[in-house]
Amino acid sequence: MLKEYRTITKVAGPLIFTEKTDAVGYADLVQIKLSDGSIKMGQVLDTSEDIVVVQVFEGTRGIDRKNTWVKFLGDTIKLNVSKNMLGRILSGAGKPIDGGPEVIPEKKLDITGAAINPYSRKSPAEFIQTGISTIDACNTLVRGQKLPIFSGSGLPHNEIALQIARQAKVPGKEQAFAVIFAAMGITNEEAQYFMKDFEQTGALQRAVVFLNLASDPASERLITPRMALTAAEYLAFEHDMHVLVILTDLTNYCESLREIGAAREEIPGRRGYPGYMYTDLATIYERAGMIHGKNGSITQIPILTMMGDDITHPIPDLTGYITEGQIVLSRELHRKNIYPPIDILPSLSRLMNAGIGPTKTREDHKQVSDQLYANYAEGRDLRGLVAIVGEEALSDKDKKLLKFADEFEKRFVRQGKHEDRDIKGTLGIGWDLMRMMPKKDLIRIKPEFKDKYYDK
Amino acid sequence: MRDGDIIMSKEKIGRIYRIAGPVVTATGISARMYDLVKVGNEKLMGEVIQIQGEKTTIQVYEDTSGLKPGEVVENTGEPLSVLLGPGLLDSIYDGIQRPLPVLTKQMGEYIKRGVEAPGLNLEKKWEFKPSVNKGESVKPGTIIGEVEEMPGLIHKIILPPLPEYTGKVAEIKAGKFNVEEPIGKLDNGAELKLSQKWPVRTPRKFTNKLQAEVPFITGQRIFDALFPLAKGGMAAIPGGFGTGKTVAQQTLAKWSDADIIVYIGCGERGNEMTEVLKEFPELKDPRTGRPLMNRTVLIANTSNMPVAAREASVYTGMTIAEYYRDMGYNVALMADSTSRWAEAMREISSRLEEMPGEEGYPAYLATRLAEFYERAGRVNTLSKEIGSITVIGAVSPPGGDFSEPVTQNTLRVIKTFWALDPRLAQRRHFPAINWLTSYSLYKDTLENWFVDNVGARWVEMVNELMAYLQEEEKLLEIVQLVGSDALPAKQQLTLEIARMIREFFLQQNAFHEVDTYCQMDKMYMLMETILHYANQANLALDQGAGIQSLINMESKETIANIKFIKDYKKELAKIKLDMDREFDKFR
Repeated sequence: MLKEYRTITKVAGPLIFTEKTDAVGYADLVQIKLSDGSIKMGQVLDTSEDIVVVQVFEGTRGIDRKNTWVKFLGDTIKLNVSKNMLGRILSGAGKPIDGGPEVIPEKKLDITGAAINPYSRKSPAEFIQTGISTIDACNTLVRGQKLPIFSGSGLPHNEIALQIARQAKVPGKEQAFAVIFAAMGITNEEAQYFMKDFEQTGALQRAVVFLNLASDPASERLITPRMALTAAEYLAFEHDMHVLVILTDLTNYCESLREIGAAREEIPGRRGYPGYMYTDLATIYERAGMIHGKNGSITQIPILTMMGDDITHPIPDLTGYITEGQIVLSRELHRKNIYPPIDILPSLSRLMNAGIGPTKTREDHKQVSDQLYANYAEGRDLRGLVAIVGEEALSDKDKKLLKFADEFEKRFVRQGKHEDRDIKGTLGIGWDLMRMMPKKDLIRIKPEFKDKYYDK
Repeated sequence: MRDGDIIMSKEKIGRIYRIAGPVVTATGISARMYDLVKVGNEKLMGEVIQIQGEKTTIQVYEDTSGLKPGEVVENTGEPLSVLLGPGLLDSIYDGIQRPLPVLTKQMGEYIKRGVEAPGLNLEKKWEFKPSVNKGESVKPGTIIGEVEEMPGLIHKIILPPLPEYTGKVAEIKAGKFNVEEPIGKLDNGAELKLSQKWPVRTPRKFTNKLQAEVPFITGQRIFDALFPLAKGGMAAIPGGFGTGKTVAQQTLAKWSDADIIVYIGCGERGNEMTEVLKEFPELKDPRTGRPLMNRTVLIANTSNMPVAAREASVYTGMTIAEYYRDMGYNVALMADSTSRWAEAMREISSRLEEMPGEEGYPAYLATRLAEFYERAGRVNTLSKEIGSITVIGAVSPPGGDFSEPVTQNTLRVIKTFWALDPRLAQRRHFPAINWLTSYSLYKDTLENWFVDNVGARWVEMVNELMAYLQEEEKLLEIVQLVGSDALPAKQQLTLEIARMIREFFLQQNAFHEVDTYCQMDKMYMLMETILHYANQANLALDQGAGIQSLINMESKETIANIKFIKDYKKELAKIKLDMDREFDKFR
């Protein structure tokens, strides 16, 4: 029989402090019964013989010192998982909110998740075709990768995430991805947008949705991504599924983390975010990957909005150090009415080289990508110069590069929201653009590829 | 028995008082600082990091979920140590020297807790050949024999640097032994074994430090030619994410001319370690032709593994490096990334509620960094060999801003600075080392070596390259304002030469089978060819040749291909001839 305590001494923000308890385990789950009979859940953040600090997921509204009962459940937070989760919509804390019955568990799994032994990891190396040229050709996504989208407020990151979820496939293997969608603090409207698209395309049947909306308690956001990834691990590594996890918006998650840190009166790190935010984010992002001897995979696409479009802000900065690259959206391209407004220059996929090449995409892929990058970078630089000296002062080569940059944005970057380009088509557009330059200026491409593709 | 002894044994066992993340406070034990303790019913490993009255604070190397106040804490009375001996090479460890393959066997794909695993294979038998005789006087540091650890790699068995190992050999055996079996005895009773333990936070002893005067050859043109590092030297590679730190570190681990590589993946990505694990066994050491893994020790404590073990991982790696240094080997230690290590310190420090220094880092950050780098160096070992540890630390400054505390405190100790530049990375100029902000303070001391061993004009040519690059920077500012066509012909030529240096020499493709490693001789000849063009073109310009025709010369563009060609000598000679033929036309 678990004891219930009525010994709350302090309530601050999302935290409650209780005393005179028996020994309470660190990170244990807590049930809090309010005077009106309603129940809230929480987790132990700090435990000692004198004081136990509990973080309350549903907010501390209504909690008082005298009539609130606290029960320590003696177990860490677990999620009921089952293959039947597919098609379900759950709250940010893992409870069904689609009107359906509770998930009948095949297993109960600890949501914290353990670190994968690096020795057991399998190198991700399978090309995922997203149908978006700037990703496929220049920042290739592979199965088991974690590739975030760095966006800004008002940019179409949701559309891009959905387009990827719709179109992603491994050419030659038609098995569709299962999609796990975890929303943290997004607006109802955004959530509706995602749900509608999932329903229309039939994707919902192979999706599990975890919804924590802007109106839901902030501290619940801290467990939402962990719930989602626990479900993903179960489907990927126990049911051999290829899972695509979309997490949005990590910025809201980090805000909640800061809130808890402040309530605990911790010494803050950069911009008030806790010093352990790197480690904390790593325990989310590192749960992507593949494992030796297992057929499934977890590919992660976290979305975060950069405060004031600042990529050096702690959230995108720490994320970039953990994830295997990043897709960066540009306000400038968006203003030019180019969709998807992906700026390839600061974007990067670290696992690209493993996923491309003669047997996976095409022999010239890497070199085409390098050449496009180099030309576009030079062309973009020249725009600044033109603003000062005018186009007439440019050399012939520079004029061509300038034109190249414009055409690159118009023909290569821009595509329709439902336009699914295969990799050959994408590389074909790349060659079309490169034909604007003299053959000898394409120094990043081997002569034999130039002969094969340039002249045709 | 004295009273003190009774108290000691009583105070070995205590109880948990408080748990907050990786930091646990215990009461009832009287431990020394940095003693190893076993925490809780599952006996999690931890280390004492603060003592305050009755309370002892412990950082725990494993996940603390579910620990309860009141559970048992046991003091081992020993500091955190590593087990040193044959079998270290080709291993992959976590931050506290637990072999990851063994952990996989014991607990599956995920790292769980409460598992102990010795750092060396205790069963494996090694063929031991003694090199001392019965009755011979020995002292700490004496080499008593050897074991062939890997084909062609001799592992010397050295008496540990502890006073009890002074005396005469009473007994010594040859034959097959595992690392724990006795192989002999001294007359004072000290037992001899193939393995020894050493506390990770204590530097191993040596006789004296030597000047760093031999270069640490990396096969990377920008490093070896422009910003060389010395054996026993210290270098830092700072750079924001995506600038190629890890690729640079891995390339150095692959191709540098060290005998032993210790690679510490400290708080970095799991998939990156996997890549190293997959790649290294397949790659061959260019000097010996043997698998690279045979000379490598990997330490992987990825970002989501326990943070306290991350803090310990750099010391574990350094101690292993020192052990091989003591055998007279040139060891290279790569730490990727020291920023994650510093962050681990910060995280623990803030849990201790210590007064923070700059940006929340503990006030002792600078001291710890300096202490760590100071364990590098070229030394006379106790056994009168010359060994070295070269340290290359990656730094991950937040927002790519080099003014932050970890970068700044690192710069105060290191001598070679390889600054990564995101602008170069965005243009896919790799390695994205900025040639204007990087520096090497070993340049002068290494000059003689390059002149004697590579070519007489080495220093002179390197300086010429740098001069062109610096001139280019100045000119580019003007070009930004007026466009390149407005420059005088001489300066347009300078820009062209600088471009050639950047594209034909500095850029190097780590993923190309030939270009990934560049021989010193090839570097020398490449510089020679580019500068040959530079001198001839400048001459031709003075004699009235048109700038456009000089820039458009076809033969010089073929220098671009040399990087990718194995048989470069013949090709370069041909290019030189072609160039001279074209130059003749201008006269």
